[in-house]
Amino acid sequence: MHVGLQHYLAVSMILFCLGLLGVILRRNLLVMYMSLELMLNAANLALVSFSRFNNKLDGQVLVFFIITVAAAEVAVGLALIVALFRKRQSAHVEDLTSMKL
Amino acid sequence: MEAINNWISCGGVEDVLFYVFAALTLLCGILVIANPFSRNPVTSAMFLVLTIISMSGLFVLLHAFFLGIVQIIVYAGAVMVLFLFVIMLLDLKEELRRKIKMFGLVAGLISVGTVASIFLKSLASVKTDAAPPALEGDTYALGKLLFTQYTLPFEIVSVLLLVAMIGVILLSKKKLE
Amino acid sequence: MKYENLPWLILFLPLLSAAVITLFTLRSKTVSSLISIGAVVAGFVLTLLFITANGFHFSGETSTNWLSIGGLQVDFGLKLDALSMMMLLVVTGVGGLIHIYSYGYMHEDESMARFFACLSLFTFSMLGIVLANNFLMMFIFWELVGVSSYLLIGFWFEKPSAGDAAKKAFITNRLGDFGFLLGILMVWGLLGSLSFSTLQSALAANPALLGASATLAGLLIFCGAMGKSAQFPLHVWLPDAMEGPTPVSALIHAATMVAAGVYMLCRSLFLFNAESLHVISYIGGFTALLAALMAVQQNDIKRIIAYSTLSQLGYMVMTVGLHGPTPAMFHLTTHAFFKALLFLAAGSVIIGMHHEQDIWQMGNLRKKMPVTFLTFTIGTLALCGVPPFSGFYSKDAILAQALAQKSYLLFGVGVFVAALTAFYTFRLFFVVFCGQEKSKAAAHAHESPLVITLPLIALAVFSFAGGFIGITNNYGSQLAHEYELLSVWQQAIEPLSNKLAMFCGLGAVVIGFLLARSLYRSAASDPLPAKLGGLATAMKNKFYFDEFYEATFIRAHDWIAAAADWIDRWILEGAIIGAIRGGTDLSGRALRLVQTGNLQTYAFLFVLGVALLLYLVLGK
Repeated sequence: MHVGLQHYLAVSMILFCLGLLGVILRRNLLVMYMSLELMLNAANLALVSFSRFNNKLDGQVLVFFIITVAAAEVAVGLALIVALFRKRQSAHVEDLTSMKL
Repeated sequence: MEAINNWISCGGVEDVLFYVFAALTLLCGILVIANPFSRNPVTSAMFLVLTIISMSGLFVLLHAFFLGIVQIIVYAGAVMVLFLFVIMLLDLKEELRRKIKMFGLVAGLISVGTVASIFLKSLASVKTDAAPPALEGDTYALGKLLFTQYTLPFEIVSVLLLVAMIGVILLSKKKLE
Repeated sequence: MKYENLPWLILFLPLLSAAVITLFTLRSKTVSSLISIGAVVAGFVLTLLFITANGFHFSGETSTNWLSIGGLQVDFGLKLDALSMMMLLVVTGVGGLIHIYSYGYMHEDESMARFFACLSLFTFSMLGIVLANNFLMMFIFWELVGVSSYLLIGFWFEKPSAGDAAKKAFITNRLGDFGFLLGILMVWGLLGSLSFSTLQSALAANPALLGASATLAGLLIFCGAMGKSAQFPLHVWLPDAMEGPTPVSALIHAATMVAAGVYMLCRSLFLFNAESLHVISYIGGFTALLAALMAVQQNDIKRIIAYSTLSQLGYMVMTVGLHGPTPAMFHLTTHAFFKALLFLAAGSVIIGMHHEQDIWQMGNLRKKMPVTFLTFTIGTLALCGVPPFSGFYSKDAILAQALAQKSYLLFGVGVFVAALTAFYTFRLFFVVFCGQEKSKAAAHAHESPLVITLPLIALAVFSFAGGFIGITNNYGSQLAHEYELLSVWQQAIEPLSNKLAMFCGLGAVVIGFLLARSLYRSAASDPLPAKLGGLATAMKNKFYFDEFYEATFIRAHDWIAAAADWIDRWILEGAIIGAIRGGTDLSGRALRLVQTGNLQTYAFLFVLGVALLLYLVLGK
């Protein structure tokens, strides 16, 4: 059987679920962040394969934008983590519960 | 010999390469979130770099050459360096192995289960005998599209980058006034 | 019609002035007052210009479409004819003089700028009533006049009595306006239009158009006039309105606003059938009699004139009811002159007496205040109807109208009220200006400055000459069915055409004068209570109308209010709102538990939400 759209989408799906697991299970902020990146990449993979198999370039353009936004997001997010760490001396989610009522 | 040629000409190499890269991607992905040997975030980051690189292999297989390169330059190059830089800056010690909470486990399994089931359902509806891959990831065409039809989003994204830059500068100041 | 847009300017100048004063010049007394005076004087000059360009005998409208809702078409338009032009002249002319007078009268008041802003707002609204070409627009300005009257009566709001009087005036007026609004709606429901000219032509073509409800519609519309022109039983607010500054009493509660009811009746006379006019005439006559009796035993200089105003308004309403819009408008105009004059002169006396208003503290002021004395005398003569002062002509026209309609009862009432008028006016005159000084303040009284006496003189001229300068010609040409213009001399001898009315009127004046002279010429205190006993007390207490209303309507209203308060407090707020509030509070407390502060819980819930959305979009 030839490799087709389904195979790529399956990879993308598994990768997405891995990222989701990471976000929910890991309690180190930085690792959670990396898991988020995994999820973004999974989405990118799905978009590129759609683009390829549907003969349209727009998906790739979207991926291009996603990469840009992800870069911006990482910069801001990491800056936030650094600021948080400076204040709390911890990068652990369970130590950051001041949102609790 | 002829069998091999035949195999190559009908795309057999690409199929093998797909399986290699896909396996590599998923394996490294697992190691990013759960590494049985090390709890150090640096290890996670390194495996994320590997994931990204193998993913760019998948991009190349999909003939998205430009994105493959961008993936390596931006993600593996810039973003991951940023990650590592922050990890070093924070001087995170080897993380203590905390007990995984029951709630977290259940929550994770439920959410992954629901999402995965929906994905599987929609995956099943994808036609297997789809048209053969036709698109060539032409960098020239991509650039043209980006600067004609997508000019406005492109400009907006550039402003977003500027905003992010300013935001980061503000955030990393010692005292916010 | 030349200068068709000029009336718009006349109408909106005072509004502009009010806006400029409230927004920008509230700090400067002088600038504010000059702006306000300028606006009304400019209005007067422009009106004169408009009239010289067009003459008096024309009729036109200028309007723009304002509202168009379903079948309701409302224009914002100006009705330009002899009636509105004369009223424009009165409002801007008398109003202008009173504005100037106010500049002197209010000079020491801290909030003079506010005063002039309110005065300008009033002028704007009054001009709106005069110029309105449909009922809805008239009603809006009608209410605006009520608001500005409220603001001006309560101008010295730090005095509780002023605040109360303002509220009383406003609420009593609202009662009448409620009827007015119902009447307007009824007319619209039956005839489908609100424009005066459309209504008039429709009713002229088919008088039975209003059908069986014609009387009811007429009386409901008359309710508006009843409130604004203070007719019985809504007359109680006008005397209390004297708590406002004297120029306000002169402008609003004597010369213009209270006359608006009469003006409205004349404007919409075509709506009224014989039965409703009959009721109107009797209400007017009764008010005239009642108010004249009350005036006999008042001791406050302004209140006496206020009751006299009530009584004269009763005259006018009675005359409208007797199918005589021309004499009614004639009397309205001359009354505007001499009543404004009397009020302003009274204001001058009050200033001279250092804000003493009790006439039994005055006396012998004719030496101290010669100009005021002279002008007040002219006003008194005009009010009583002594020839050849203006009041004589207009009152005679009214009596003649009553005779012409063969309404002998109302004619008798008119004559009797004329005698009473002469009596209480000369009582006031003798007690204030003759005899000996009854207090130290009276001995030290002084004449008022020129800015106050000049308007007095101007008004005195008109009070004297108002009878034969062609006022009736202008009204009559529009309001009467057939009317021939009279020359000045014909006007001057016009009363002779009905000798019975003239001699009855004159006899009444003489009797009233002689009675007042014999009783009050040198009295130090009022001799009348001893002679009349209980009747005098009843007069003094205004026949206990306030007490009666207090005991019935206000008490009942208080009970209803208390019940409503109970329902509001316990049922609405306690039960219904309490239940909703309690429920919200409880659910809030319950939902609060969801906020664990743990990032991953939020992420979990977020994923569940996304999954749900995906399921709804894709999964089904």
